[in-house]
Formats: sequence, C-alpha cells, structure tokens
Amino acid sequence: MEILLGLYNYWVAIALMMMGFYIVIANGNLIRKIIGLNIFQVSVFILFISMGYLSGGTAPIYSEAYTQYSAPLPHVLILTAIVVGIATTALGLALTIRIYQAYGSIDEDEINQMDVTS
Amino acid sequence: MISQHLPVLQVVVPLLFAPICILLRRHNLVWGVVLLSCWTSFAIAMLLLQQVLTGGEIVYAIGGWDAPWGIEYRLDILNAFVLLIVTGIASIVITFARESVHKEISEDRIYLFYTAFLLHLTGLCGVIITGDAFNIFVFVEIASLSSYAMISACRDRRALLAAFRYLILGTVGATFILIGIGLMYAMTGTLNIADMAERIRDVEDTRTIVSAFAFFTVGFCIKFGLFPLHYWLPNAYTYAPSVVSAFLSGTTSKVFIYVLLRFLFLVFGVEYAFETMHLDIILMVVAIMAIFSGSIAAIYQDNIKKMLAYSSIAQIGYMILGISLVSVSGLMAGILHLFNHALIKTALFMIVACFFFRFDSVSLKDLKGVGRQMPWTTMAFVIGGLSLIGTPLTVGFISKWYLIIAALEKDWWWLAVLILLGSILTVIYIWKVIEVIYFQSSDSQSDTGAIVYKEAPLSMLIPVWVIIFANIYFGVNASWVTDIAQQAAVYLMAGQ
Repeated sequence: MEILLGLYNYWVAIALMMMGFYIVIANGNLIRKIIGLNIFQVSVFILFISMGYLSGGTAPIYSEAYTQYSAPLPHVLILTAIVVGIATTALGLALTIRIYQAYGSIDEDEINQMDVTS
Repeated sequence: MISQHLPVLQVVVPLLFAPICILLRRHNLVWGVVLLSCWTSFAIAMLLLQQVLTGGEIVYAIGGWDAPWGIEYRLDILNAFVLLIVTGIASIVITFARESVHKEISEDRIYLFYTAFLLHLTGLCGVIITGDAFNIFVFVEIASLSSYAMISACRDRRALLAAFRYLILGTVGATFILIGIGLMYAMTGTLNIADMAERIRDVEDTRTIVSAFAFFTVGFCIKFGLFPLHYWLPNAYTYAPSVVSAFLSGTTSKVFIYVLLRFLFLVFGVEYAFETMHLDIILMVVAIMAIFSGSIAAIYQDNIKKMLAYSSIAQIGYMILGISLVSVSGLMAGILHLFNHALIKTALFMIVACFFFRFDSVSLKDLKGVGRQMPWTTMAFVIGGLSLIGTPLTVGFISKWYLIIAALEKDWWWLAVLILLGSILTVIYIWKVIEVIYFQSSDSQSDTGAIVYKEAPLSMLIPVWVIIFANIYFGVNASWVTDIAQQAAVYLMAGQ
C-alpha cells in the first residue's frame, strides 16, 4: 500500500510514459504519433516536478514562517524542457502539413506505398 | 582580453549570426555571412585547442557566476579536439555549399536553410563545450531541431517523411537523455558534470543510477544511430540536401559519440560502466553487427548517397568498437576515427553533391562513364574511397591500424580478422561505384562518340580537393593527430 500510494506520482508518470511510447510506435497516423510523443514528454515533466516536491514544503520564499521549501530548480528545468517540447511539436506539425500537401495522406503506410509505386 | 572569453564566443558567434541571416535574406549575402561566421568559429576553436595544449584545462563561468550556481564551460584536450573537427568540417562544407544549395533548395527557402545551418553549428558547439548536464540536453535539442529543418529543405518529397521519422526518433532519444539527466540530478543534487562525477560514487549502487545509466546511454545511441537504433539514419542522409548529408555525417554523430564517451568514462567511471554494468560486451557485439550489417546493406544500394549512409552506420560501428575495448589504444583508435571519418565521409558526400549538381541524379545507372566527363571529381572519389577502405597513405589506414593494434594487444586476433573482413566489404561497394563511373560507357554519348566535359564548378571542386588533400596529409603525417588522440585517451582512462 505504501509503495502504491506513497509513490503515486511516479506510477502516473510511468503509466503515461508507456502509453505515449506505445502510441508513437504502434500508430501509423502522423498526427497521432505527435500526440503520443507529447504524452511521452509530459510524463517526464511530471517525473521531474515530483522529484522536486517535498511534502509540506512551500515555494522558496524567504520568510520566518516557513522552514521547508520545495526545490525550485527542477521546475525551472522543466520550463525549459516545455519550450523545447513546443518547438518539437510545432516542427512536427509543420512537417505533417507539408507531407499532406505532397502526398495527400498522413498515414505512414499509405505514404510508403506511394513511394514504392512511384 | 578577448582571449579570455573565447569559450563563450564559440557558441555566441554562430548564434548571433543566425538571426542576421533572416534579416538579410539575399542568398549570396547570407552565404557570405555564414561563411564568415563558420571560419571565425574555426579560428576560435584553433586558438582554444592551442590554449588547452599549452595551458591545460580551461574553465569559464558564464556571466561570472561560479560553478555550483552558474553554468560553466569547460574545455579539456578531448572536447577542444572535437570542437576543432566540428568547426573545421562546418567551414569547409559551407565554403563548398553555395552552388549546391542554390541547385537543391528552392530560392525562397535558402536564407532559412542557412539560418538552420548556423543554429545547428551553435547547438553542436554548445554540446561539446558545456560543463552542465541540463545544458547538454538543451543544446542537443537546438542541434536536432535545426537538423530536422535542414533535412526537410530538400525539393524531394521523400525528404519530408525522412525528416519526420528522424524527428520522432530523435525526440524519443532526447527524452531518454532528459530522464537520465533527471534521475542523476535526483541522486546527486547537482547538474555540474564535474560535481556529478564526484558525488555519483556514493550512490552508484542504487537502482536509480542504474536506470539513469540505461536511459542516458540508449538515448545517445539513438541520436548517433548505433546499429539496432539506426532506423532513421539511411533515409535522413539519403534524401537530405547533399550539403546537409556532408555536414551531418561529418559532425553530428561525432558530437553525440563524444558526449557518451565523456559520461561513460568521466562521470560513471570505467569501473562502473564496464565492470559493474558490462557495457563493453554489449557495445562490442552491437558494433560488430553494425560493421557487417551496414557494409552488407551498402553493397546492395544503387543510390550512392544511400550507400554512403549505410557505410556511415558501419563506420560508427568502428568508432564504438574502439571504445568498447576499454584500453588506451582502443580509445585512441576510436577518437582517431572520429576525426578521420569526419574527413572521409564529408569528402565523399561532397563529391556526390558534385555528381548531383551536373547529372540531377545520384543513382548508379545514371552515372555510367562519368569518369570521362568529370575527371577531377571522380579522381577525388577514388582517393576518398581508398581512404574509406583504409589503404596506406590515407587517414582511413591510420585508424584501422590503431584499431587492429588495440585488438591484438588483448590477444583477440579474431577481432582483428573481423575488422579486416569489414574492410573487404568496403572494397566491394566502393569498387561497385568505381566500376560504373570509369568502366561503363554512358548511354547518351554512345551515338556521337564525343566526350562532353561537365566538370563541377571550381567553387565546389576546390573545397573537395582541400579535404581530399587533408585525407592524404593526415594519413602520411599523422603524428599531430595521434598525439592529441593519445593524450585524450589517457585522460579518459585516468577517469578524473
């Protein structure tokens, strides 16, 4: 029980990670691949933020009233990682648009088929 | 005064020139700016290597904030050398690029392409020079995102799908790296690589570090395309604009191998990585499979670019094989091959760019008898091919030689035999090209009998011959490079 509830955040992170990864591998639809990739990345963000959290800790504000602080650095790192993730998603979607313009399809198998026959 | 700030200038110069390219837009002007920026980077890298060789390690605190709080840039013999390789290849490729880019990329995208080129260089220099683990992730992503954009710049629509696949796998790799860094940070409480190396000793028995190690290693193996994880590589190199293939094959994979080296030997430590985790056995098996599967796949290709892409997979195998021997001479061979393969593969891809420039095709059936039409270009290809095979008097020989010495040092004669067998497979696919370009007559000239000279323009031919000359020069006079590689190998094996 302790392992299940005490590490709740980590279980969620791992579940999301596996789901995202599965979608990336198993799905032929390019948009769905990008969605899977996003879920995969978000799970890592949750992992990082959970690591920085301390039960009962507050934001690192210097005051007499508080003695326990959560580590702010993982949050800052994840802000950067979110920006990187957005850039990746944007680029992926832009590529998908251009693939659709060039092939008229966003299904990986269909596109492969077209390249083989042409 | 300015020489103190060279480490940060290495990253800042290409980064600042990149937006200027967007503002200028006129492609010849932009090319001039990029050319200036690349050669400046190269000059900085030479000065830095000089400083490291005379004065030892350089530590630079960004913005004057000292190490545990601020990000520091750290230069030692190993990364100063890799920096020199990367900026050198970038400079020679960009000198060559103007005509080829003009031919292969549509007019309105050229300035954007050059911007991505500079950002890629920024990312690579940053990865090499930084001493902060999270900074590595950020720079890896800058380099990767710009390379996806560069690959998709090609007119061929297959380039789009190749770029997309690379994006998906590259991002999975980068996320693995991020998990690895996060877990290491959770256990050590620091992101500074030097600090991390000290503190990781106390916690290295925990399962967290084991998984950090696994994620980090696999992440980088995806990034540089080690054998079972190379799915994205052949198409990305084949359908990218030729200039991009030359640039990526010469620099990107080298940089990621370098980062893996740094973490395996200097952070996790030789004892942990190779004795506790037995990574050396895994790497050796995978490397041998890479050499053979890459070379055999290369033999069956009709498209020269795809052939060279598969050959890159095999050559990455040689580098990893050197590393997996975990000895000074093995590492030395690996590091030497980083340098030598950068010279060889960049040269070959540049020559293929010349073929495409004149004949609009890189497939063997369209290049029959090119030897008579482009004598200088094909001669360069022969020398480059010999270098790839590893014949004496070329750089390819030097790294194979040290690799075989390293294998024999351990009394593993079977490994030496396998390395030689790999070379024989290389002979087969290089010969296949040479036979077509020299000994088959082209279909178009058969009716008139007259030979039309279609030599590549001088602006392309001169850079090709400069790098081919470098292939021969460093093959004959190797002492400078081997000295540096040996120092770097000793430094890595010593751990701290």
